Amino acid sequence: MEETWCYQVSGKLEIPYRYFAGEFLSRFFVELRDHKKILGVRCPTCAVVFFPPRSICGRCLSPLGEWVELGDTGTLQSFTVVRYSEPTHPLQAPFVLGLIKLDGADTGMLHLIGEAELSALRAGLRLRAVFKEKREGEILDILYFRPEPVAKEAGR
Amino acid sequence: MSRKRNVAIVGIGQTYHKSHRPDVNQVELVHEAVRAALEDARLSMKDIDCVVHGNMELFEGIHQPDMWHVDGDGGFLKSGFRLSTGGTTGGTLVSAADHLVASGLFGVVLAVGFEKQEEGHTTTGITAMADPLWGRTLMTGAISGVRAGLLVKEFGERAELAAARLRVKAADNALKNPFAHLKLKITVDDVMKSRLLAYPMRLLHMCPESNGACALILAAPEKAREISKKPVWIKDHVTVHMEETFYRGGPQRIVPSMDVAAKKLYQRNGIKNPLKEIDVFEMYDPSSWWELEWMEYFLQLKHGQNIDLVEEGATEIGGRFPINPSGGVVSTNPIGATAMIRVAEAALQVRGDAGKHQVPKEVRMAMASSFGGTLWTILHLLTREVEA
Repeated sequence: MEETWCYQVSGKLEIPYRYFAGEFLSRFFVELRDHKKILGVRCPTCAVVFFPPRSICGRCLSPLGEWVELGDTGTLQSFTVVRYSEPTHPLQAPFVLGLIKLDGADTGMLHLIGEAELSALRAGLRLRAVFKEKREGEILDILYFRPEPVAKEAGR
Repeated sequence: MSRKRNVAIVGIGQTYHKSHRPDVNQVELVHEAVRAALEDARLSMKDIDCVVHGNMELFEGIHQPDMWHVDGDGGFLKSGFRLSTGGTTGGTLVSAADHLVASGLFGVVLAVGFEKQEEGHTTTGITAMADPLWGRTLMTGAISGVRAGLLVKEFGERAELAAARLRVKAADNALKNPFAHLKLKITVDDVMKSRLLAYPMRLLHMCPESNGACALILAAPEKAREISKKPVWIKDHVTVHMEETFYRGGPQRIVPSMDVAAKKLYQRNGIKNPLKEIDVFEMYDPSSWWELEWMEYFLQLKHGQNIDLVEEGATEIGGRFPINPSGGVVSTNPIGATAMIRVAEAALQVRGDAGKHQVPKEVRMAMASSFGGTLWTILHLLTREVEA
């Protein structure tokens, strides 16, 4: 059967943008860039340490100002192995995305897991941040989190 | 339309408005307005049942701002939704909040509009995403001189002088408003000599791109009287949609939404002479030319009477029918909040709390309009007293 030709418009939208972290959150990125420090923020009312940090507690609406230095170690809460590639992905597939709760924080955050045996991944795995050599003040200044050597190997 | 119960504005908050706010992120900007509204109403977030949130579609290049603004707007575990209706967004938010309370669904509703215009690209938001068949490759975005050109054709220099006078009026009023964005000391001559954008529209005629947010708290009668000594009642509101847009249908199509909205509102509320019965009007004026033109429809004037009124000074802050004592949109324009600021400023006038830009007369009834690229019009009618 013959198909009727229909006019179509194709194109590409480009949206220039910038986003300001604000004075408060900028400190997080400066500390990460200059000192490889990962900072969280404590809400004294809710007794929660937020990572990533924020200047207002969404739960009680208190203004937050108490920075807490978190370790560069944490625990894998959940993960997935990404098996397909998209231009927007940070890496070529396969790569691992994990929800990581840093030591000292009460909330977890999405980041990359690297240097890991896929078969060894499990919730509860201990992880350590690997920092970029030349850091620019962005969340990928942490290249990824890699599994810590298990306890029996730790003493070597 | 009939409402189950009356609704009052009991909390009013806005940020100061600026071109550049690197000191706060979007969440924090929204929060400034929310905190101001809560403080104005002496409420905490516990008292709020529902949060409605809005801004321009994709102006900041972010998705679902209602989701990640929860930290700032207090929506955590509460009911609510996002609305985005172009320039009218802020007015739509007020109408939605009114519906939510008037219907009996919620007792106290918080409405929040914001825009951080420096973070996105307005022309992409308007032109690059316009109708792919007829508008995308042709339209100039928010700046259109087509309607203004018709006024000049008919009234000549009188029209140009009137538009310039309106711009100077806005500037003078903005100097009295601590929240206004542009604080310009300008003359009619400055306006007439400013850079030409699209004849006869000049740079000074146009609204700026502002960063800012506005928040209003609406409540049911019993609650409203408990919260506020001066609740401002939402007597009525009208939304008029129409076919999109400039480039399909010609300039005559732009007229009806303001005209239809005004006629409906006045008829429903028994208003025979808006100039006498309404005490102050906060109009969404994307440019001084549109303020001039739209006066005719909004106030149901005889053709050409708008220019007479401007020449008389009637719409100045101390005139017999003040329009935009706040300085209006040509002074301050954080788009997703802009239309809500019209309602907020009208409510401040009714309360008598507008400070240095309070009009020097008794305000019992105020009107606010919303406008957007959709050519939609919303009118809100606010009153100091309400019939039970």
